[in-house]
Amino acid sequence: MPPVTVETVDHVARLAHLSLTAEERVAFARQLEQVLAYAESIQALDTTGVEPMSHAAARETFREDVVRQSLPRDTFLEAAPDGADGLFRVPRVLGG
Amino acid sequence: MSAPIPGAAEIARRVAARDTSAEAVTRAHLDRIAARDPSLDAFLAVTADRALAQARRVDAAIAGGGAAGPLAGVPVAVKDLLDIEGTVTTCGSRMLEGYRPPFTATAVQRLEAAGAVVIGKTNMDEFAMGSSTENSAYKVTRNPWDRTRVPGGSSGGSAVAVSTGMAALALGTDTGGSIRQPAALCGVVGLKPTYGRVSRYGVVAFASSLDQVGPFGRTVEDVALAASAICGIDTADATSAPVEVPDFRAGLAAGASGLRIGVPWSFLQSGVDAGVMAAFRQSLADFEAAGAHTVEVTLAHAPHAIATYYIVATAEASSNLARFDGVRYGLRVPAPDLRHMYGETRDRGFGAEVKRRIILGTFVLSAGYYDAYYRRAQQVRTLIRRDFEDAFRQCDVVALPTTPTPAFRLGEKTDDPLQMYLEDIFTVPANLAGIPGLSLPGGFVGGLPVGVQLLGRPFDEGTLLRLGHAYQQRTDHHKQRPPETGLHD
Repeated sequence: MPPVTVETVDHVARLAHLSLTAEERVAFARQLEQVLAYAESIQALDTTGVEPMSHAAARETFREDVVRQSLPRDTFLEAAPDGADGLFRVPRVLGG
Repeated sequence: MSAPIPGAAEIARRVAARDTSAEAVTRAHLDRIAARDPSLDAFLAVTADRALAQARRVDAAIAGGGAAGPLAGVPVAVKDLLDIEGTVTTCGSRMLEGYRPPFTATAVQRLEAAGAVVIGKTNMDEFAMGSSTENSAYKVTRNPWDRTRVPGGSSGGSAVAVSTGMAALALGTDTGGSIRQPAALCGVVGLKPTYGRVSRYGVVAFASSLDQVGPFGRTVEDVALAASAICGIDTADATSAPVEVPDFRAGLAAGASGLRIGVPWSFLQSGVDAGVMAAFRQSLADFEAAGAHTVEVTLAHAPHAIATYYIVATAEASSNLARFDGVRYGLRVPAPDLRHMYGETRDRGFGAEVKRRIILGTFVLSAGYYDAYYRRAQQVRTLIRRDFEDAFRQCDVVALPTTPTPAFRLGEKTDDPLQMYLEDIFTVPANLAGIPGLSLPGGFVGGLPVGVQLLGRPFDEGTLLRLGHAYQQRTDHHKQRPPETGLHD
């Protein structure tokens, strides 16, 4: 098992767009290591040739590919923190 | 000792017969919530106006000569991650504080179409992540049998509402045990249907390959009525299954005679409370007295279910919860640029357990670790499912205790995530395999209820319910109600 350091947590937090406090970084490193140590048990199992199971659905059911009326755009914009002029407005993306 | 509180089947029968009205039943339950909930905190919101309007519609339809629905006038509590148009859905999170969805979950629509009356939204672990309801950002729900203990989770509020008669039925979701475990710890019946049985439309996603909506009730008959109402294909959820839904209540009369119950004894060898084991053995004896018989089965990979589950579920959660970024719904923390807005919003909006699981899930999916963790866990998931397929060649249902212990104390496991995860040891295998599970009140240990769990073949909820009903004809655990606490407890 790889060592779990605060740097590991920082790397993963960046990937997940999470800002963490100093305490959270230390606690999560310790707890992540604990859980991964527990999960080591599955590394010893022989999974040669075993198909990975991604879902339990018997099969996916598709409807006909036809255009249907969806809910009006404004209903979703009204539920957003900053919806205006048919768009979700966000702070500056580039050059910040 | 107060008079027994009428359950869903009795309420629907009396409302249909105009022996009482949906409005009167609704008012009685709203009164009960007002009296009981201040000491329990099961509800995040009581939707009294909406409930009374629906009750009057049900009464008017019956007065006008229309057919009464199978759940006419039955008060239902709904876990606060099922959307109801115009009513706040918080998911127990600050992230969604004040969020009003523009649509209604299919399961809720179907309950209302059957005449049910939604009376409120119930407390839960944030985004359904937890086994105690202590991870709610809003309040701590208490176990009505002992207010110093947890009600279980993540659907803890729903279990408490039904246990105490504040609702006749409730909806929850079960990703790793979140219906069955609180049902067991609160002394009610909880059903996790087969994956694909109930539409997930309008249900905030935690782990999409595992999540399933299901009902709580005080009797198997009530749960059977609710299950018939909510199950069935829905074109709004591509994983909902085109499998016929039987009249589960009509099927109860078939009884337990001849059913084969598989018991995976080797899976029960360690870590189970002695009182829970004694109650479980007594339940097996009761099943046998009802005409079933037991055989030993092996679930060789079940001891690896927790490790597998906490990799698969957190990986899916890290992906699903990426959508909470301050752009489309709920909370936004202002920041000068987009990247900091994402980070600050997610830091402020998510609680510790949600962050912990996003970190774990992102880690197991990240470059260099994907094969060793996520892919391997998916392979072990296949092995766990095959174990059940093999077991169901020798038996019709598999029986297990629902939980290894009775309700634990508030705060007991909040600082030790792994200990909290191990609480789910007997419930997660069903989610990984995608099979149905039913938790029944299975006795008491030190005055606290414990559950006995039945697992079945895919889409064979009917057999679980009929065995559960036969069990309830011979036992009275489900008739015990928690003490009526007043202002002085």
